[in-house]
Amino acid sequence: MDGSIALSLVQDGLVNGAIYALVAVALVLVFAVTRVILVPQGEFVAFAALGYAQLQGGTRPGTAGLLVALGAAAFLLDLIRARGRPGFALLLRGLGTDIAFPAAVYVLVDRVAPLRPGWGADALLTLLLVAPLGPYLYRLAFRPLADSSVLVLLIAAVGVHLALTVLGLGFFGPEGFRADAAFGGSFALGGTIVQAQQILVVAAALISMGALWLLFERTLVGKALRAVAVNRTGARLVGIPIALSGEAAFALASLIGAISGILIAPVTMLYFDSGFLIGLKGFVAAITGGLADYPLAVAASFGVGIVQSFAAFWTSTFMEVVVFMLVVPVLLLRSLRAPSVEEEEEA
Amino acid sequence: MTHPYARIATLAFALSLGATGTCLADITVGITVSATGPGAALGGPEMKTVAILPAEIAGQKVKYVALDDASDATKSATNFRKFVAEDKADLVIGSTLTFTTLPLVDIAAESKTPLMATTAGAVLVEPVDEKRRWVFKIVPNDRIGAVALAKYMAKQGIKTVGFLAFNDAYGEAWTKEVNKAFPDNGMSLVASETYARTDTSAIGQVLKLIAAKPDAVFIAASGTPAAVPARELREKGFAGPMFQTHGVASPLFIQAGGKDVEGTVISAEPFVVASQLPDDNPFKKVALDYAARYKEANNAPATIFGAHLVDAMRIIAAAAPEALKKGEPGSEAFRTALRDAIEQVKGLYLNNGLLTMSPTDHCGYDDRSAMVMKVEDGAFKLIQ
Repeated sequence: MDGSIALSLVQDGLVNGAIYALVAVALVLVFAVTRVILVPQGEFVAFAALGYAQLQGGTRPGTAGLLVALGAAAFLLDLIRARGRPGFALLLRGLGTDIAFPAAVYVLVDRVAPLRPGWGADALLTLLLVAPLGPYLYRLAFRPLADSSVLVLLIAAVGVHLALTVLGLGFFGPEGFRADAAFGGSFALGGTIVQAQQILVVAAALISMGALWLLFERTLVGKALRAVAVNRTGARLVGIPIALSGEAAFALASLIGAISGILIAPVTMLYFDSGFLIGLKGFVAAITGGLADYPLAVAASFGVGIVQSFAAFWTSTFMEVVVFMLVVPVLLLRSLRAPSVEEEEEA
Repeated sequence: MTHPYARIATLAFALSLGATGTCLADITVGITVSATGPGAALGGPEMKTVAILPAEIAGQKVKYVALDDASDATKSATNFRKFVAEDKADLVIGSTLTFTTLPLVDIAAESKTPLMATTAGAVLVEPVDEKRRWVFKIVPNDRIGAVALAKYMAKQGIKTVGFLAFNDAYGEAWTKEVNKAFPDNGMSLVASETYARTDTSAIGQVLKLIAAKPDAVFIAASGTPAAVPARELREKGFAGPMFQTHGVASPLFIQAGGKDVEGTVISAEPFVVASQLPDDNPFKKVALDYAARYKEANNAPATIFGAHLVDAMRIIAAAAPEALKKGEPGSEAFRTALRDAIEQVKGLYLNNGLLTMSPTDHCGYDDRSAMVMKVEDGAFKLIQ
């Protein structure tokens, strides 16, 4: 192995690592606020990437219909929970965010997609299509179980993941898609060829994480989310609505997923079931950060990306084995440092 | 789980029965394919082919029962048992992947039901023993394609080859054949790597191949994932010729690979280049007939995977008249006679090649079955 190969491997590792980092951040965020291990995070990435590629091809992604269906289902569930006596405010809010909004997105995508409006509009439409999935899924699958144990929530998450994978096959078909890059250029840098899109991936990932940091440090919503993460009961006592903060966390997660998907769509080929493996590698990184430490999770993500590309070079047959074996020493180390793991307090 | 396709298949069958009413002597065909899960790219078109399979062979109505096994070996076995116990199937076609088909071999022998395997694994029919007597394979052995390509490559003056394969049964089967066929033709493998169907990048493997400086690269993968390393090889500056297997013989591969897969040479079944064959070539009519009917029924281009089912039924059509003399469909006598008759099928032109079965060869394609073709201007062009 010479220097240019090592450089190429590091470069590939950093690009993949940036995506794992976004996934890991979303996993940590959702787990801290709702105690849900968000297995379907990878599906958000895949749905966004495949939807973006389909928009580029001038067709309406199948997820548009999913959005309308989930919105209607969430509204229906709200009505049932209100025992047939929904307040006026609830009705108005429901009709607006659950019925009118998805319908508007559907019509918009349906009209705009055949015009092939260019990458900027495609990206925006993709965000509109994928970001609202999070809150709807939370209200449908997780809010009714909000007080259950971590294990029950994990099982629900696996269920949602399986459902989304099967739906993905229906929406996108079994073959892979790779979108065209927004910026097609590439240039030589220190003996390796760097594509503009790769720079974009890493830069956009870092910017997204910076924005997230600002959100948590500087805004009321962000601080409320942190408060819930630190102590659910305490947060509830001081009047922070737990359900709403769960919805916000899921919205952020699916938004981050959508951004990751749009970013990697031109870098790699994705399939309806690619999301799971991406999510799993993000999870390895999130575990390294103890599902609580954002900077550590991000650093570990880049580590996972780089280990993966070097493992692929040295021993491609055992690449996945090497990547997932990383979990074992990490867990050992963590258990040595914090020998007693406290069970989450029951709210 | 009732799959939507299964409902379509049942409907089609119900319609075909509508005219005459159920008759006890129908030939019942159980079909299990992987319409969902990792095998969906192959099994989807197979399921969509069920509706255009012949409604009548040798003067007998045919009843099809098609189920999805979701690329799950337990599910395909369950499907087979259901065909035997509930549907009294006279034969079973399936499954899509080698590992979902392996458990069917035992059940075929145990229930004395002929199995027409629609996947490539040679292990399914070799050697023909007490169990494998009941199994016939529609897809030609990988050996035929590997040998055809090896000969072509050697003729081009290629001496060293970098090899990249899927890390699954498909890649493994090809690794075995390539490791034999290439040295036989005076070529050496200078690097041998694997990657996964769902890998987001194969940069590491690609760099290792390039570092070994091979004359050519051979990729044993299928469908759109096969385009991933091809694109990366070109991106990283590999300029030599690239070779692939019949697993990429679909327009979607070319679409996914774009200009990076131009010039790629593959070996595949006659079906893929049927329209370029001379009019008097017997493969041409067979393949174009299926392609046209599939397109009419599904408004999508046909692929070789669905053609496996059509080929299976052509073999049955050739064998059934003999078997019907010895027993009534639904009886063990008929199934046994059908098995014996399939072994006698000779010189049948199919989408997959020219087939001659024998008691010792249950996948009897000869070398004429592999055609070498090249990607040119976004389409497969026959070169020999």
